[in-house]
Amino acid sequence: MKSILGIKVGMTQLFGENGAAIPVTIIQAGPCYVTQVKTVESDGYNAVQVGFHETKPMRVNKPQRGHLGQLKPNKKHPTRKQGADIPPVRYFREFRTRTAEEYSVGQQLTVEQFVPGDKVDVTGKTKGRGFAGVVKRYGFGGGPKTHGQSDRWRAPGSIGATSGNARVFKGKRMPGRYGGDRHTVQNLEVVRIDSEKNLIAVKGAVPGVKGGLVIVRDAVKG
Amino acid sequence: MSDLLLQAFEAPVNEKLPRLRVGDSVTVYVRINVGDKNERTQMIRGMIIRMSGGGNNESFTVRRIAPGGVGVELTYLTRSPRIERIEIQRHAHVRRAKLYFMRERSGKSARLREKRYDL
Repeated sequence: MKSILGIKVGMTQLFGENGAAIPVTIIQAGPCYVTQVKTVESDGYNAVQVGFHETKPMRVNKPQRGHLGQLKPNKKHPTRKQGADIPPVRYFREFRTRTAEEYSVGQQLTVEQFVPGDKVDVTGKTKGRGFAGVVKRYGFGGGPKTHGQSDRWRAPGSIGATSGNARVFKGKRMPGRYGGDRHTVQNLEVVRIDSEKNLIAVKGAVPGVKGGLVIVRDAVKG
Repeated sequence: MSDLLLQAFEAPVNEKLPRLRVGDSVTVYVRINVGDKNERTQMIRGMIIRMSGGGNNESFTVRRIAPGGVGVELTYLTRSPRIERIEIQRHAHVRRAKLYFMRERSGKSARLREKRYDL
């Protein structure tokens, strides 16, 4: 399980061998902390829960701080667990893996799992585009701009037949909310790693805004 | 913060390159690939009419008049390792950042007043 959580920093270009410019997205990833290990015996499935993005304790709500083992037991709660040394983190995500037993709570996951040349899948939440028309949302061509047309340049065109099927079919592509969905880009190449600054440079674009949470995983189809 | 992180992967500045300015008449020596394996150095002589970008994305555009009187503009990334050497022949006195007006000029009108820097 090569997986890590990160923050999209932005895009730039790097120079590869023979001087070719490579477009890359920089991701500030990790260190992540294993916050819980789930096994078939304990939870019915195998997974590793991971926390990322250190913050102030006050930014993490109390139940989550308890989960991290940061609340002291007292008279009312004598059985509060005392956790491993995990800082307060902002994001929790779970990775399904068959080898969950190999992980222990408090363990750190860093960018050093990856090496340049690896293929990874990157998951993020795409930019929200609000209520978008059919040209932006589905790439429709729109209508003619000239030759006597008016108000038709971004119109969807016909949405169905007449009396034969006197209705509009379900699933007909129409304007609506666009973006803000979870998307995964597969098989991006890891171009460079900076383990000191916890950075990964991945070839190509990655979903989401700068500063958005992304999940970097070993490529499924690698 | 994010800009600082982006800078972490910045390519080193080629110290051997002179400081370029818009309006400089330059000779650029750049390695190019001919076919698969063959590599050679190409020389481009012209005037810098545009500089843009910063960091790894910094680029400059050289305009030269090719045989036949056709203007050719070539844009290079300043930090590209493919650039071997740049020689500056002369600096011109210019009053704007982009010299697009040079595209309409040819012959005598394409001359610019020289500016000397005492360094």
